[in-house]
Amino acid sequence: MIEFFHALFDPNSSFLRLALAAGTLASISFGIMGTYVVTRRIGYLAGAIAHCVFGGIGAALYLKHRWGVTWLDPMAGALISAIVAAVLIGLVSIKAGEREDSIIGALWAVGMASGLIFIDLTPGYFELSSYLFGDILLISHQDVLMVAGLDLVIILLAVVFHPTFLSICFDEEFATLRGINTSFFYILLLVMTAVTVVLLVRLVGVIMVIAMLTLPAAAASTLSRRLSVIMILATGFALFFNWSGLALSYTLDLSAGPVIISVAGLVYLGLLTLSRVLPNR
Amino acid sequence: MEPAIVLDNVSFSYTRHPVLDGVTLTVPKGDFAMVVGPNGGGKTTLIKLILGLLAPTSGRVSLFGKSPEAAWNQVGYMPQYTHVDMAFPVSVMDVVLMGRLTQSKRWRYSKNDREAARHALNEVGLLEKQKKPFSSLSGGQRQRVLIARALCSNPSLLLMDEPTANVDPAAEATLFELLSKLNSRMTILVVSHDLGFVSKVVKSVICVNKKVLVHPTSSLDGTLINEIYGGDLRMVRHDHRCSHQGHCINEALTHPTPFMPHPDKP
Repeated sequence: MIEFFHALFDPNSSFLRLALAAGTLASISFGIMGTYVVTRRIGYLAGAIAHCVFGGIGAALYLKHRWGVTWLDPMAGALISAIVAAVLIGLVSIKAGEREDSIIGALWAVGMASGLIFIDLTPGYFELSSYLFGDILLISHQDVLMVAGLDLVIILLAVVFHPTFLSICFDEEFATLRGINTSFFYILLLVMTAVTVVLLVRLVGVIMVIAMLTLPAAAASTLSRRLSVIMILATGFALFFNWSGLALSYTLDLSAGPVIISVAGLVYLGLLTLSRVLPNR
Repeated sequence: MEPAIVLDNVSFSYTRHPVLDGVTLTVPKGDFAMVVGPNGGGKTTLIKLILGLLAPTSGRVSLFGKSPEAAWNQVGYMPQYTHVDMAFPVSVMDVVLMGRLTQSKRWRYSKNDREAARHALNEVGLLEKQKKPFSSLSGGQRQRVLIARALCSNPSLLLMDEPTANVDPAAEATLFELLSKLNSRMTILVVSHDLGFVSKVVKSVICVNKKVLVHPTSSLDGTLINEIYGGDLRMVRHDHRCSHQGHCINEALTHPTPFMPHPDKP
């Protein structure tokens, strides 16, 4: 573990500092949005959004390398597709009724498939697994700046509209009767979730990012019954998972993404077991 | 005087089969009306039409002479017990404050809002629980928190869907007392399975089974109940009394009472 701290201050391993910076900044959004996702029980929708992000990454690589759209970075593609997917999935969820889960399932798979097809069509070779499972070597200064900017937007919106989001998560029908445009705020909540997902795609990849969204909040909700406290605790857990996962992966020479997710999963399962075993929790 | 609720020849269907058919109904201001009827008879649909959460397939609904949407700030609503996630991590105070949410106050609640929420909690007798997690309360207490949430916007019309479900008899008695007190300042419409509710406090009974009939409480007897539910039903008789004006709110429908088949029967 000592070597991790040495490496952290080593001028030659800036990738580690960038990964840590991205993880630290993103943790705040993950704590807040994860809590909404877990209490509103829309983890499934967030999963579909995350997989559609892969379609966006594929499309961006294709447009950039096949058609010379040089400004289109894979992360920009991820962001655009995440927002489009969130709006689409939100509309499906509001309008589709009973068919909701089938349609979401279809979007989930098609999002993933389109990403693979786009990459097949793109000239050159791309390391697929770095997008699917994350790769800390891919994180650039620009990415960290993007994470910081988006993070700020999400935190601002979450703070400003907290009473509204709380009421639509608790009882959407009642919020409608108070004159709140619940469809708009529901879709806004999904778009914010989608943007959050993009923040950690570089670090843990599109497949496991959903775990970083739900596990910190799920772990936190075993400890508190207040939404605001859960958000703060979830942010703490997200920070802990990112830091300890990075340190462990560096020390053991393993991929960062899977180690971060494993730590998160084990801590959650441990807390859940404890909360069941200990009385009066 | 403008009635609180008017339904004019309202029909509604989710598919081809109408759930409600040609419903004409007037609930005067100050009424305490109870909606009864068999499961699947359209009680919840009727409430959603009145609230404007569903649009009628044909006909017109108005609250205080306006469209339901335009009257939302005058309506307090308490949903069915099962509608709300009881494990949701939220404090009692935060639940009640949702009643103060309006389009212009999305950001934060004012001192006035908090005062109104405390007042509403006090009215339902739960002020000392304001900081407790909602999930830590008993079933009856949670119902009362949801009533406080409906009350804290000072509604002129209070709509409640099954407020006595999951509530023990003692809590039910407290609830009656509270509602009869509230009825002095607002119109109340309650959906209930619970015929015990037809007590002295209820002024008229609205029977829903695809069609709608309105009765004064005094005319409610075993024969009528049998017609509505189409089966054996143990009935507790309450003392008869002549109720308010507008007993038979809808003269044309009240007599003779047509036979209403039970939806489960062929």
